[in-house]
Amino acid sequence: MRPWLEKQLHLIDFTLASLARRKTKNVGLLLAYTLIVFVLASLSLFTHALRSEASYVLAGSPEVILQRMVAGRHDLIPPGYLDKIGRIRGVQKKEGRLWGYYYDPVVNANYTFMARPASEVADGTIMVGSALARERGLAPNNTISFRSYAGKLFGFTVAAVLSPDSELLSADLVLLSESDFRRFFEYPEGHYTDIALSVANPQEVRTVAAKLSAALPDSRPILREEVLRTYQSLFDWREGIVLTVLAGAILAFAILAWEKASGLSAEERREIGILKAIGWETGDVIRMKVWEGLVISLTAFLLGGIAAYVHVFHFGAAVFAPVLKGWSVLYPRFTLVPAVDGLQIATLFFFTVVPYTAAVLVPIWRAAITDPDAVMRA
Amino acid sequence: MRPSALVLALLAGLALAFAFIFGHFSGSTATDAERLAANRALVEHYGLTDLALFTEARYTRHPSQADLHSAFQDHPAALEHFPTGSLVSPRSLPLFRDAPLAGKTTSPD
Amino acid sequence: MIELANIRKAFNQGRHNEYWALHGIDLSVEAGKVTAFRGPSGSGKTTLLTIVGCLSRPTEGRVRFKGEDISGLPERFLTDIRRQSFGFVFQQFNLIKGLSAVDNIILPGMPTGRSRRNLVERADELLDQLKLGHRSRARVEWLSGGEQQRVAIARALINDPQVIIADEPTANLDTALSREFLAILEGFTAAGKTVLLTSHDPLVVESSAVHRVIGMRDGRLTAD
Repeated sequence: MRPWLEKQLHLIDFTLASLARRKTKNVGLLLAYTLIVFVLASLSLFTHALRSEASYVLAGSPEVILQRMVAGRHDLIPPGYLDKIGRIRGVQKKEGRLWGYYYDPVVNANYTFMARPASEVADGTIMVGSALARERGLAPNNTISFRSYAGKLFGFTVAAVLSPDSELLSADLVLLSESDFRRFFEYPEGHYTDIALSVANPQEVRTVAAKLSAALPDSRPILREEVLRTYQSLFDWREGIVLTVLAGAILAFAILAWEKASGLSAEERREIGILKAIGWETGDVIRMKVWEGLVISLTAFLLGGIAAYVHVFHFGAAVFAPVLKGWSVLYPRFTLVPAVDGLQIATLFFFTVVPYTAAVLVPIWRAAITDPDAVMRA
Repeated sequence: MRPSALVLALLAGLALAFAFIFGHFSGSTATDAERLAANRALVEHYGLTDLALFTEARYTRHPSQADLHSAFQDHPAALEHFPTGSLVSPRSLPLFRDAPLAGKTTSPD
Repeated sequence: MIELANIRKAFNQGRHNEYWALHGIDLSVEAGKVTAFRGPSGSGKTTLLTIVGCLSRPTEGRVRFKGEDISGLPERFLTDIRRQSFGFVFQQFNLIKGLSAVDNIILPGMPTGRSRRNLVERADELLDQLKLGHRSRARVEWLSGGEQQRVAIARALINDPQVIIADEPTANLDTALSREFLAILEGFTAAGKTVLLTSHDPLVVESSAVHRVIGMRDGRLTAD
């Protein structure tokens, strides 16, 4: 054990001395590598945490939402529609919901208006999401006026600002009373945006939905299951940012590997020849290079991983924010609950450490099996 | 200290830090759990269906509620106008309704 | 100590540029003596040394080292023997740039798993013996030719081999340094080491430090 360990230490000493000789190049390489790991790890941590947060939080959304479709578009629920549903077994509660979008030309932002019962939000008052409040500089008891789509001006008093902790869900929400909602949007009486149904037994949800679409052929039920599935596939690997980052990372890795594969300089070849002539085995040379690959890739992996963790869970994935924000004006501030799973880290490890170490090894293999007498013949 | 020992110690330190950060801080703390529970309650109370991540278009603000055609409402081959369109996939296919019809209708779908 | 029987060596065997460097060498090398091979370049001296030093294998013939036939051993064992029993001093010194004298010297000791402290102590001792102790931590590229050669010699000695193999050791040295090398050579004999070297430097082959001179021409031994 002792000589084996000592030998590995010698090999590491040697490989470090070789790395130190080309210090600028190798430090640059390490930085670039760390950066790649950082971006990949950030993306992986961010999407995973966002997905698990979404699936936890949205598990509270209505079991079934029923929309009415006209010509492939979501349309209003006409009066009487609710009654047509009649009594379907298993449906605990059904209620018509009122919500819609409002474009605020003052800050060029889109808001989601949602009607609440008058018991919650009194007429003439609103509750707003905290991103919206921040953008418009609102605090409780401030007044704000919106010009409706019909051109009329409506003044509201801010009754409350929703908790900043819920920004990921409520950033752009404006909650107002039902009568205000109908007046503001000139929403015809008796019409609703959609219908929320609660089903007590989760096993019956599909049956209920099937009955609904049979009874109301122009309706479209959206199940909580589908909502969750939508968010599970958020940031799927094929999607824009992910594909872009992946492509970038793969290219960067290809460059690194190419550099390694083709970059075995005459100097390095000569050194390997010398080492072989003075009594190193092919295996020793390869082990020495494995250590080089491991030292660099492990350092990059660990540094990049830690930096990514800090970036995603302490700085709210600030690097991705401009991309996620897109053209929208309102962007929620949120910190995700750290959710990391082993498989994710293992995958990251496999896709970063292994290819690099392999890329280091391939060219060395060819150089290391040269005959040891080459140095004397040269 | 010889370089190899130094570097191995450094790597071990980093690995420990990594394991500590990822192992110890992962999973929710009490405040996290409280916040998550509060948010879930909010979702239940208001009947929310989507994250307010992308507010620029109907189908990105409420991807799960968007009609199947809204991403293509101008023209089926129209280029995506909003950058977030590349972040959000079309909502997952409905479980019913269209599913049993596939291949079973006599008229073109 | 070392016996060669009908050694033949071909390069690029079976190809159009096949070339026979050695044509049947029979030789017995005595232990504890300095043997020099003399001959023009291309006469096969260096090839012969690589075969004796287990750096390459003969195409035909047998090599016996300390009574044991080593021609058929697999590479690992050959490397083991080479590391333990042979020390090499190359014509170009073949030091690794960027490393200090001591770090170069301990390279052959690394695969043996000896502790670094042990190796460094031995390297310092050797450098002291070679009167280079004051430059032990200097990078090798900052050393003069003669100093570099002494580092190369110390490197050849780190594993305490019985046989020292030196290829044209004085080719890159001036007269004064060549004389110093001969003094070192006498030190080897005093320490009971066997030395094999190639040279066409009269200063070396005619020196009293060399016990036996073997002529070579066109891959054959000529006269002693």
